[in-house]
Amino acid sequence: MSASLHVLSPGPSTTVQDLGRPGYQRFGIPVGGALDSFGLRAANALVGNAPDVGALEIVYRGPTFLVEAPSVRVAFFGSRARIVVRRQGIAQEFPTGRSIRLLAGDVVEVGALAGSSLLYATVEGGFDIAPLMGGVSTYVRGGVGGWQGRALRAGDNLPLARERVDERDEAAIDDLGLSPPAWLRVVDGPQADHFSDDGIATFYGGEYQVGPGADRMGVRLSGAPLRHPRGHDIVSDGIRPGSIQIPGDGQPIVLRCEHQTTGGYPKIATVISADLPALGRLGAGDKIRFKRVTLVEAEAARRAYALAVEKLPTRLGPVPRADADLADRLCAANLISGVVHARHDVD
Amino acid sequence: MHDYRILLAGDAALVVDFGDRIERALNSRVLALAQAIAQDRLDGVIETVPTFRSLMICFEPAKLGHAELVERVQELIVEAGDVAYPSRLWRLPVCYDPSLAPDLIEVAERKGLSPSEVVARHSAITHHVYMLGFLPGQPYLGDLPDELAMPRRATPRGKVAAGSVGIAMTMTCIFPMETPCGLNIIGRTPTPLWDPCRPNGSLVEPGDKVIFEPIPLETFTALEKLAASGGASLASA
Repeated sequence: MSASLHVLSPGPSTTVQDLGRPGYQRFGIPVGGALDSFGLRAANALVGNAPDVGALEIVYRGPTFLVEAPSVRVAFFGSRARIVVRRQGIAQEFPTGRSIRLLAGDVVEVGALAGSSLLYATVEGGFDIAPLMGGVSTYVRGGVGGWQGRALRAGDNLPLARERVDERDEAAIDDLGLSPPAWLRVVDGPQADHFSDDGIATFYGGEYQVGPGADRMGVRLSGAPLRHPRGHDIVSDGIRPGSIQIPGDGQPIVLRCEHQTTGGYPKIATVISADLPALGRLGAGDKIRFKRVTLVEAEAARRAYALAVEKLPTRLGPVPRADADLADRLCAANLISGVVHARHDVD
Repeated sequence: MHDYRILLAGDAALVVDFGDRIERALNSRVLALAQAIAQDRLDGVIETVPTFRSLMICFEPAKLGHAELVERVQELIVEAGDVAYPSRLWRLPVCYDPSLAPDLIEVAERKGLSPSEVVARHSAITHHVYMLGFLPGQPYLGDLPDELAMPRRATPRGKVAAGSVGIAMTMTCIFPMETPCGLNIIGRTPTPLWDPCRPNGSLVEPGDKVIFEPIPLETFTALEKLAASGGASLASA
C-alpha cells in the first residue's frame, strides 16, 4: 500500500488548498486557493515545502487521521488548536506552529480551533494529487480539484508524495498574530458612487458581525443597513476577493477567494490585497470594522505584506525546549514498546 | 473626454467600464480590449474578466504599477477598436420537450404563442456569448426578440438540472450543473458546457456564437448517454 493519511474523522469542512488557479475567471472559474494564503505559506515553511504546496485547510474543528506511511512530517499553523498524537497507546499533546515527525500507526487528532476558525496542516513533500488547471485547490462549488473535488470524508486515504522523511531538528515559528482581524482596510469600490454620503458614513462608522453561513465564497455581515439611492441592481460586473457588495437588504457581503466571478450588486468597497489573508480568518460571529485608505496606502501595505512573506523563512527557529521534551518523552515511550527509531535530539 | 471609466477594484485589479447597459456595441469593445490585452502581454497582467459592459483586469502590483497599467490600457482602448476578437460558431443540440422544459408551456401562454412557435423563434437566432459567469462554463447569451422576452419566475426553483436552458429578459443562460435558478426553463442540452478535462473547462468562450438545434427526446436520451460515457464531443464548432 502506498503512503497515505487515512481519515478517521474529517472535521466539518476540511479541503486541500494551495495558492489557487489564476487565469480561468473568464470561463467562470474562481481563483480559489487558501482562504489565508499567509497561514498556508507559514505552514509550508515549517515542513520545508515551497509556499504553493497544497495543504489541508481546516475550518472550526480538525480531522483525525491515521498515518499509513513509514514516516511523515506534518505541521499545523493558523489558529491555536490541541493536536494530540497517539502512539502505541501513549497520547502526547503538541502545540500548533511547529513541525512533528510522525510514524506508521500514529493517530493524530486535531481538536476544536481556538483563536480563529482556520488552520492549515501541511505534510513534507505535499500530497500526491494530480493538479487541475495548474493547481490542487479544491473548488467546492464546481466539484473539482483537490481531493476528489470535495471536502474530506471518513475513510479517505490521502496519498502522500513522500513515503518517508528523514529525521532532523523540528522547526517552530513564533506567533505571527494570525487571529481574526478587528478591522480590514479597504479602498473605494467600483460602485462607491451608488451610495449617498450618509450611506458611506454608515458603512465606515459601523461595526458588523459575521453571519453563520461564512464560507469560502464569502461572508454575510449584519449591522446598520445601507440604502442604495440608485437601486440595488447593476448590470453584472467582475468581482474580486475582497469585493464588498450591498444587496437589496442593505447588509454587506464580503466575497472571498472562491467567489462567483461576476455579480450584479453594487460594490461599495474592496478589501486591499494585503488584508485578504486576514479576511480569510473571519469566522461566524466575529466582529469587523472597515477602514478607508487611499490607493497609495494600499500599495504601501502590499509592499509591506510582500516583505513579510519574503521574511517568513527567517522566522523559523528550533522547537522550544519544553515542547522538545514532550517529543522526547514520546520517543521514549516508543523505545519501551520496542518500536525502532533513530536518535532524537534538539539544540 | 473619454467614453469609458477606469474604476478601482482594489489595489490588484481595475475595471474598464464602457457603460451600464447590455448592448452588443459595448460588449464588442469589452471583448476587443480583452483580446488586445492578451496580445499585448504586458508583464504583470494576470488575467482579464469580460462582462456585458466592463472588463476587469487583474494584475500583480509587485510587477506592474497601477498608474503604468492605466496608461497602457488607455492606449490599448484606442488601438483595440481595430482588433478582431476570436469567435466560434457552435451548433448546440437542445431538447425542448416539456418533460425537460418545465416552463415552456407557461412561457408560450404568457407570450401568446404555441410551444412550437417559442421553440422555432428561440432556435432561429444566432445567439452571442456576452460573458461567462455565476457557474463555471455558464454562458450569458443574447439577444432574445421582444416576443420571447419575459421576466424571471416570481419564485425561483430550488434546483434545475445540469444542461437546462433558461430565458429571462433578453438573455438565455445554459446551466452547466444542477443549481437553484430563477430563469424560465424552456429546454435542456445533453452537451456538457463544463468539463474539467478540457483545457479551459468551458465549452464556449466570451464572443462565441451559438445556434440551438432542436432535437427530439429520443435523441436527447441517446446523446446524454454518450456524453456520460465521455465518448464524443456533442457540439460542432
